[in-house]
Amino acid sequence: MYEFAYQKPSSLADAAAVLAADADAKALAGGQTFIPVLKQRLNHPTTVVDLGKLGLTGITVAGGTVTIGAMTTHAAVAASAEVKAAIPALAALAGGIGDNQVRNRGTIGGSLANNDPSACYPSAVLALGATIKTNKREIAADDYFQGMFTTALEPGEIITAVSFPAPGKAAYVKFKNPASRYAMVGVFVAKGPKGVRVAVTGAGQGGVFRHTAAEQALAANWSPAALENVTIPADGLNSDIHASADYRAHLIGVVTRRAVAAS
Amino acid sequence: MNAPFEGIGASVRRKEDLRFISGRGNYTDDINRPGQLHAVIKRSDRPHARIVSIDTAAAKASPGVVAVFTGADLAGIGGLPCGWQIHSKDGSPMVEPKHPVLAEGKVRHVGDPIAVVIADTKQQARDAAEKLDIVLDDLPAVALVTDAVKPGAALVHDEAAGNQCYDWHLGDKEGMEAAFAKAAKVVTLDLVNNRLIPNAMEPRCALGDYDQYSGDYTLYTTSQNPHVIRLLMGAFVLGIPEHRLRVVAPDVGGGFGSKIYHYAEEAIVTWAAGQLKRPVKWTADRTESFMSDAHGRDHVSTAQMALDAEGNFLALKVHTLCNMGAYLSTFAPAVPTYLYATLLAGTYKTPVIYVEVKAVFTNTVPVDAYRGAGRPEATFLLERLVDTICHDTGADPVAIRRRNFIPRDAFPYQTPVALQYDSGDYFATLEAAMKAADWNGFPSRRAAAKAVGKLRGIGMSTYLEACGIAPSKVVGSLGARAGLYEVANVRVHPTGSVTVFTGTHSHGQGHETTMAQLVTDQLGVPFSQVDIVHGDTSKIPFGMGTYGSRSLAVGGSAMVKAMDKIITKGKKIAAHLLEASVDDIEFKDGKFTVAGTDKSKTLSEIALTAYVPHNYPIEEIEPGLDETAFYDPANFTFPGGCHICEVEIDPETGVTRIVQFVAVDDVGRVVNPMIVEGQVQGGVAQGIGQALLESAVYDANAQLLSGSMMDYTMPRADDLPNFSVATENTMCTHNPLGSKGCGEVGAIGSPPAVINAVVNALKDYGVRHIDMPASPQKIWSIIQSGHRAAAE
Repeated sequence: MYEFAYQKPSSLADAAAVLAADADAKALAGGQTFIPVLKQRLNHPTTVVDLGKLGLTGITVAGGTVTIGAMTTHAAVAASAEVKAAIPALAALAGGIGDNQVRNRGTIGGSLANNDPSACYPSAVLALGATIKTNKREIAADDYFQGMFTTALEPGEIITAVSFPAPGKAAYVKFKNPASRYAMVGVFVAKGPKGVRVAVTGAGQGGVFRHTAAEQALAANWSPAALENVTIPADGLNSDIHASADYRAHLIGVVTRRAVAAS
Repeated sequence: MNAPFEGIGASVRRKEDLRFISGRGNYTDDINRPGQLHAVIKRSDRPHARIVSIDTAAAKASPGVVAVFTGADLAGIGGLPCGWQIHSKDGSPMVEPKHPVLAEGKVRHVGDPIAVVIADTKQQARDAAEKLDIVLDDLPAVALVTDAVKPGAALVHDEAAGNQCYDWHLGDKEGMEAAFAKAAKVVTLDLVNNRLIPNAMEPRCALGDYDQYSGDYTLYTTSQNPHVIRLLMGAFVLGIPEHRLRVVAPDVGGGFGSKIYHYAEEAIVTWAAGQLKRPVKWTADRTESFMSDAHGRDHVSTAQMALDAEGNFLALKVHTLCNMGAYLSTFAPAVPTYLYATLLAGTYKTPVIYVEVKAVFTNTVPVDAYRGAGRPEATFLLERLVDTICHDTGADPVAIRRRNFIPRDAFPYQTPVALQYDSGDYFATLEAAMKAADWNGFPSRRAAAKAVGKLRGIGMSTYLEACGIAPSKVVGSLGARAGLYEVANVRVHPTGSVTVFTGTHSHGQGHETTMAQLVTDQLGVPFSQVDIVHGDTSKIPFGMGTYGSRSLAVGGSAMVKAMDKIITKGKKIAAHLLEASVDDIEFKDGKFTVAGTDKSKTLSEIALTAYVPHNYPIEEIEPGLDETAFYDPANFTFPGGCHICEVEIDPETGVTRIVQFVAVDDVGRVVNPMIVEGQVQGGVAQGIGQALLESAVYDANAQLLSGSMMDYTMPRADDLPNFSVATENTMCTHNPLGSKGCGEVGAIGSPPAVINAVVNALKDYGVRHIDMPASPQKIWSIIQSGHRAAAE
């Protein structure tokens, strides 16, 4: 990695101020993407602002809403009895990210700020109609994801928490890339207060997206059978050495049906 | 209390594991020398280009930088030598272009080293390397052998017309043609053996040191064979006399062949240490490993078998294009010839075989031996061809193998492709594997899987391989530029403990344990009192290192010979002390005894006498109990066996799950069954990796697409089943241990078993063959086209 300054502020305002003042300052959450990127010298920040002392960890459940602090690790979400009770699909998703090491360092806020097109969390946020809370405002999931590695976050804006309305039914099924084990196709299906929503990660060139044809079919009949004739065009899907766009389109169908069956 | 049995046949726990699993190993990168500098190699990101200019001024001015060297600075030293020369059909020697240590004039593959930056810290060297101003003028590039041989293909080396390194053949062409002419049936199969990237857990590392007061150089390096590196680098590259060059290969974290070769970085750090009079260390990062460690396999072949009406194999014809990469790695030319074509009889009595092998240069990382080296390619071709014969003719895969196996009583068996097998029983390993796998019960398992929507398949491979490549005289006549003996120095210390200095090298195989067991067995010395030393040319005699599953069969045999000398000398000393005739002295369980009496002396007593020769037959023998033996085998050893794989395929996704894997191998005498099982498991894991997961992918412009763990699919624990591993051994007849070797059998026997199972699972879709890796995407595509075919 290149040399950089390192700060670990103890107030959100201080962290935001550093990030707002310097476009080349970068926030460090769990670092599970950021540190490898630094090691490969693909990013050259002036200052790394460690968010680890801002008190942004913790999970609360109230009034049918699960709120997870941005610096809460995947392992903590996976192990949380409250999350397991309220949104078991979310706990299961967190428990399937990366490996033990990743889950004990990686955070929900870091994953969403990075918005890797193969990350798992964006699908849950979008399918459950979650709300991203920042130091400045609240952002609806539908407004938040703006293409791969691109979000609605502004310079100096820090995610503080994410709140998920608990659904009636939900499930996440991931078809892993054989090499990286990231989602090659991951589908989160949900039927809840925000309606029937199906979000696909890993497959789209623009990152996570809603599978509206599947949503319409499932709104009429929440069952795998309802999806039998639902297809998705390969246009706009990723193609690489592990999966062509056609194969991904096919897998979206299979994985969506399996998610509904598991919900 | 009886001491635990720790001799040959005991599953003694590996003594080296305490330091390995507690993080206390001593790997090359753990070694640091006073005043050490750090080297970073600037590598080509282009597959093929002319070097227009290299401006090093900014890099040299960068903080902490001590030196920057380019190919021009190293032009006076030799290129990296090739250790094996093949001659083409027409008698001409292979085309052997210079392999410069740093690129000269052109870069020829992504990863080709262009310059080295040496600084006080690695960070500073990295910073400076980014300031090198290198202007490259792109040239057309070629990655696939099938493209490289086309007329008009981009030329990797001007002197290699048609990109050909050699065009070699073996066998009886006329006999083959005659047999094909009278065949009742000819079955043809085109197949690819996929290119692999070894990925040892420990990346390569090299640390050069130079003592300007003595003139001594030391190279610490991640090598499987330090003496080979000393010879190649000292004599052919840097011109350092051997008594001034010490090569140390300390703990090495996996090699699989990729650490046999002499690499540019070793020469760079050693030369630079001499120039700068300071130690210089280079350590690869994983990205560099992908583009600079020698790759493996990469064959494109056509195989044809001529059969009579009963299914007897009459003749085999094979044509293979093999990828050498951009330069010839140390042993690359031998792999697709003498380690491949000679194995094409397999376990079968095919009377006539004719093989043509064309080696081809491409703009890719050099290709060399990788676990199995040539033998997996031969086995995959042959065992897929046998199952394809069954597909085309309706023959039963077990019956056709039994029909064509070399009979039990036919050993020694002379194949039509040069090798003479000393022993084996392919019927025994087949039967044991079929029983362990419940082969005959498969149809009901297939039906049960079908009932839940899964495609279940079973496949086998009845393979043979050759280990302990030898004898030196024969391999020399075939083009080897090295001897292939092994050496051991057994030193019995005055109080009876033993140190063995072996020319082999352990990089994970557990030699410190296995070889100590040999001493315990032969000399009766407790296991805890034996130490095995390897990997340092200043300590060990000139040995050839470890590859080709040779360490026990060749290195262990050298130890046995040396221990025989110890016993012979010990008997003379004992006869003197016991006042008996030498002929009456027996040695057993660590004691020299006068036959028929209770008069005896322990080995410790004899050793003390040897080093304190007060009462000693000094006129007859020298003091000391320290013997060295060199062992040049009479022949290869020939492990073989049967692997059976059972898979279940999800037709919706194309995902293959291995539900059962049985390996029954004939590895000869087993010294440590636990270590053998571990070796077989590791080999099978790599074989499954090749069959289902791994593939080095270059795009049409010779850019490496699978250049990191994000894209290169290494097998992981959850890709693998529980293995059922057993041995069914016949003894090697020509070495004193009877051992054959077990390091590579897993990687050799398993890939065709897996693919045969996958093809069997997909048989309702009209599948005849599937190339490796049988990835989910590939299987899904086949199922889709099968559906389309069925619909039409």
